[in-house]
Amino acid sequence: MNKIPNRAVMCEVLKEAAAQDRNVVVLCSDSRGSGSMTSFAEGYPKQFVEVGIAEQNLVSIAAGLASCGKKPFTVSPASFISTRGYEQCKVDCAYSNMNVKLVGISGGVSYGTLGMTHHSAQDIAAMSAIPGMRVYLPSDRHQTRKLFEALLRDRQTAYIRLGRNPVEDVYEENNVPFEMNKSTVLSEGTDVLLVACGEMVKPIQDAAKLLNEAGISTGALDMYCVKPLDKEGLLNAAAGKKLVVTAEEHAPFGGLGSMAAQVISANDPKRVINLALPDSPVITGTSKEVFAYYGLTGAGIADTVKKALGK
Amino acid sequence: MNPLSVKAYDLRQDVLDIIVSGGGGHIGGDMSSMEIVLTLYSRMNVSPERADDPDRDRFVLSKGHCVETLYAVLAWKGFLNIEEVKARFSRFGSEYIGHPHNTLPGIEMNSGSLGHGLSVCVGMALAGKMDGKAYRVYTLMGDGELAEGSVWEGAMAANHYHLDNLCAVVDRNHLQISGLTEQVMTPGDLSARFAAFGWHVIEVKDGNDVDQLSAAFDEAENTKGQPTVIIADTVKGKGSALMENKASWHHHLPNAEEYEIISRELRERKEALLRE
Repeated sequence: MNKIPNRAVMCEVLKEAAAQDRNVVVLCSDSRGSGSMTSFAEGYPKQFVEVGIAEQNLVSIAAGLASCGKKPFTVSPASFISTRGYEQCKVDCAYSNMNVKLVGISGGVSYGTLGMTHHSAQDIAAMSAIPGMRVYLPSDRHQTRKLFEALLRDRQTAYIRLGRNPVEDVYEENNVPFEMNKSTVLSEGTDVLLVACGEMVKPIQDAAKLLNEAGISTGALDMYCVKPLDKEGLLNAAAGKKLVVTAEEHAPFGGLGSMAAQVISANDPKRVINLALPDSPVITGTSKEVFAYYGLTGAGIADTVKKALGK
Repeated sequence: MNPLSVKAYDLRQDVLDIIVSGGGGHIGGDMSSMEIVLTLYSRMNVSPERADDPDRDRFVLSKGHCVETLYAVLAWKGFLNIEEVKARFSRFGSEYIGHPHNTLPGIEMNSGSLGHGLSVCVGMALAGKMDGKAYRVYTLMGDGELAEGSVWEGAMAANHYHLDNLCAVVDRNHLQISGLTEQVMTPGDLSARFAAFGWHVIEVKDGNDVDQLSAAFDEAENTKGQPTVIIADTVKGKGSALMENKASWHHHLPNAEEYEIISRELRERKEALLRE
């Protein structure tokens, strides 16, 4: 069982980058602990900006830094940066074309029993609706490393959602297929395609295994980049399938499922089922308990597929 | 007589032309902020030849709706062609839109939604401190804009990081779209508020006087260890009695007769200045 959360990997990658490039800076909104950024703040105090509990200010300051050549990463809870700082993300980062990497930590229902104030089930929809904003939800620690290394090389704004808790590996350390802005095929199948992003990738990987064992040929696609959506990769993976099932830790509207269904219905219409959190505050529980309750587990997703196929 | 005072009236005519040509604009705040923006650009280390110079001073028009004044001043500085601005402002497909956009030369950041500029400038000033650069960072806010809570987040951070390379100006024209600032949302004692946030405060009695403004910018440059705010008491609609101190002229589009009246008064005031 992996014990290293994706946010800790982000910190390691950013420390490596900061050592080489003094323009790499991290900003936190009293969130260095929850963002695993304490060691960055201690190791690179001149490249760390504490903004206090002020997410609007956090995002605007980052944009100002970027306009002067800095490469800022804002690390703040996804629930706050994506809604409290939303207009600043839209105007100061995306619209002004600033190289700000907006990192939403403890995304989705990571904060579990703290309730809806701390859940970010709207961030994919909100961020994706901004012209010029890219949206990434890496699935495991190895892909997180690849993603942040790629983000350090480009000069455009992006929103990246990370979960709070360690997640089981999807990839092996020395075998992480990764192409920026392209989906990753986890397994091939002929009847069913499962598509997910972020913490739902491991469950679809598990579900594909269960379904293949049950004689239902199932492929799985890691759509870590939700925007720009890899339409070609999605349509290729969906070609010839009877059913596509998407899974995401997000509200049922405007997220990966909506976008995937939009592409499939316009190009290669077939049945698409979107699995997501409900259109209501989620039930009280840890994220694991919440996922289990709403069928967002390997077994739950496999059951949905079997029912849909009448098996 | 300061030649900039005369220039301000020439540029007011440009603003009037831009607005009438484009069929709309924020004329009241344009006119109140003219001397502030003009005085700033007369001193800032910026030029079209060195538009990307990392050592250039930075300006963010936080009250982005007064872009017509910015266009007129940027044209005066050689960044834009004023005749092109007049011909294309707000036209279909135009790059000259009703708020600042940084695809145009000389414009650093997009603005228009109020309450962003100060925080953006905090970032620019922090970058200057990190890199040991001598450039200065300026923003212009409206007095109505100070109701935005994000302004005070930025004010806090500017003090926390001792950003003495940052100077904010408040165009204190006492009016916003619905009426007097005091009636819309009591601003309280603005000087005391900024002072309580750790800022050096300069009150300019006549914010349409370029000499008073120049002295204030000098004082800001010489203030060390804390950011400076200049609260410039201005007249909304400055330039013609038709518009002055009238909230209804916040974004009123002058008709043909009003255009003539305002143009005539701008000429008369300019001539009076030249006789001084």
